[in-house]
Amino acid sequence: MHQNASSFLEKSEKKAGDLGHRQTINFNIGKYNTAVKAGKQQFADLTTARERAKNIKWRALDNLDKHLEEFEQNLTKRGGKVIWAENAQQALDEILAICKAKQCKSIVKSKSMATEEVHLNSFLAKHDIECVETDLGEYIQQLDGEPPYHIVTPAMHKSKEDVARLFAEKLGTPPDLTPQQLTLVAREKLRQKYLDAEIGITGANFIIADIGGVAVTENEGNARLSTAFPKTHIVLVGIEKMLPSINDLALFWPLLATYGTGQNVTVYNSIFSGPRQEGETDGPEEMYVILMDNGRTNILMDTEARESLYCIRCGSCLNACPVYKNIGGHSYGTTYSGPIGSVITPHLRGMESYIHLSYASSLCGNCTEVCPVRINIHELLLHNRHKAVEENYTSGGEKMSWFGWKQASLSRRMMNLVSGNVKNLFMKKFFAKAWGDDRELPVFASKSFNQLWKERRK
Amino acid sequence: MNVQLFIPCFVDQLFPETGFNMVKVLEKLGCTVNYNPNQTCCGQPAFNAGYWDEARSVANKFVKDFHTVDYIVAPSGSCTGFVRNYYGKLFDNSAAHNDVKMLRKHLYEFTEFLTDVLHVTDLGATLNGVATYHDACGALRECGIKDGPRSLLSKVKGLELKEMNDCEVCCGFGGTFAVKFEPISIGMGEQKVNNAVASGADYLISTDLSCLMHLDGYIRKHELNIKTMHIADVLASGW
Repeated sequence: MHQNASSFLEKSEKKAGDLGHRQTINFNIGKYNTAVKAGKQQFADLTTARERAKNIKWRALDNLDKHLEEFEQNLTKRGGKVIWAENAQQALDEILAICKAKQCKSIVKSKSMATEEVHLNSFLAKHDIECVETDLGEYIQQLDGEPPYHIVTPAMHKSKEDVARLFAEKLGTPPDLTPQQLTLVAREKLRQKYLDAEIGITGANFIIADIGGVAVTENEGNARLSTAFPKTHIVLVGIEKMLPSINDLALFWPLLATYGTGQNVTVYNSIFSGPRQEGETDGPEEMYVILMDNGRTNILMDTEARESLYCIRCGSCLNACPVYKNIGGHSYGTTYSGPIGSVITPHLRGMESYIHLSYASSLCGNCTEVCPVRINIHELLLHNRHKAVEENYTSGGEKMSWFGWKQASLSRRMMNLVSGNVKNLFMKKFFAKAWGDDRELPVFASKSFNQLWKERRK
Repeated sequence: MNVQLFIPCFVDQLFPETGFNMVKVLEKLGCTVNYNPNQTCCGQPAFNAGYWDEARSVANKFVKDFHTVDYIVAPSGSCTGFVRNYYGKLFDNSAAHNDVKMLRKHLYEFTEFLTDVLHVTDLGATLNGVATYHDACGALRECGIKDGPRSLLSKVKGLELKEMNDCEVCCGFGGTFAVKFEPISIGMGEQKVNNAVASGADYLISTDLSCLMHLDGYIRKHELNIKTMHIADVLASGW
């Protein structure tokens, strides 16, 4: 077993039995479910809206090469600079080069999964550059030295008491502050950071080809501040975030808001289409957009898995997933957790190291049901499993077992050969351990339906 | 009306009496029930594990065993859903295309057959107590079964139906998932059973014995006061 798989098993076992964790997650996802139910009311025909969204992403991804060049052309016209990064290292090197050129010592960053994917904060820290998270949830996680627990709500696993304790320990505040007071503390700490930072870094929720812009969605105004004060704005974004036209936002903004948090529309939606223009009074002097591949073209090449690139990172499949709710975001050991993470990570970071995630699903299908862009998530898990078998990532023992299963299932005679009692003995000996200590084993009937039918019906 | 039984492999081996209860109900409704004794499995276990060639061999046998113009009825939403929704993937561009199409048209999950084909909800069954219904994923999401089993159960004399919290959330069985990721499977099962117990139910009822087998194992181990029952066993009770 790969070490990632055994670490996944170990962590998931611990979390699945952690009743405190279960309570916090069920409570927070319960609140989310109520909000989303209300949020969906804004759509007169939700099914059609989702179908349309899927079609738009389909078009965007099937013509991705053209759209990316169109984006580059349009952004460049307005003075923005586009950098193409094939992998995480290239993206990091480019960011470091900009930092060096600007003699940057301090960066403010708004929440971005792409920067998590390349582990930007620790990389910059190694080069003595401070990179501060400005989204409150991410700020909490950064203080705690933890990666985000969830792609939309990074500190979902922490109760308000947990956060108060963390602030007391790390920032010396009184240990019993209310959420409101805690927010004010964070706000005060962050204000100075915005003023000091030479560079602001954001991700992007959407790349918009026809206007050469990137769209950023947020609730706290921190992305706006991160891009308004510093003289340089860097955007790190995965190439799959493409939308062909600014008009598509009319659908995607409310869809993302509803499925992400249950809002009708997120509080702040900004479109950045270049640095400060002549005659404008504010905005950064320079704007860089780093278009990152980092494994995404592996998915693009796989025509079955391609639709996983339609994902708009709303997090609804995580919230809908009983596995995620039992083991939490950190057990996955990946940037993208939950069902969509289990689909894309084996492609992004290697089948051998991450294929176990594609098996870690009961295939209940709820992820597919809730996906706003109607990605067939659970079927893509099956696709990955099939691919793993085809590409020889499964063990010899497993192959033998399925060969044996096939032989037995092809012959009714073989299935009837052994009595129920013998099967029960066999099961106790070889199966009891895997079935575990928390369940009694099922019991084979002494005669199968097949045998009984022949006896009773003659 | 002629009906062919499809008795899924684990029902055949572990729960034969549920099969016979299904026969009892179908015969009461005037069906002539037939059973092809050559049948084995639909192929889902291997398919879900990624072994599509092995699955295809077994599915091929299934297609041959069920080459019929009769209705085919199975006590499982999971197996029915698999044949309906995934045989297309296995037999894409193959000579079996038309047979598969016919099979998908004729195959019904048991409660679906009662409510949608025979248009029957009252079987004259009696069972005293409180019941809660677990929406098995295969039935709910692969077959779209939601109200049928509830209306069937609502007609059972003496039975009071109470919805539990999260009735649509997976129980955690998931085939090989239950053993490959046993602690997660148990965590999910535990939450399902807790919800069922909290509803005040004496019976935890479903269309799928695979879910119930896993939940029953948990219930027996922890000596809880609730009993799992397949809906065919409920509908065959008291007459």
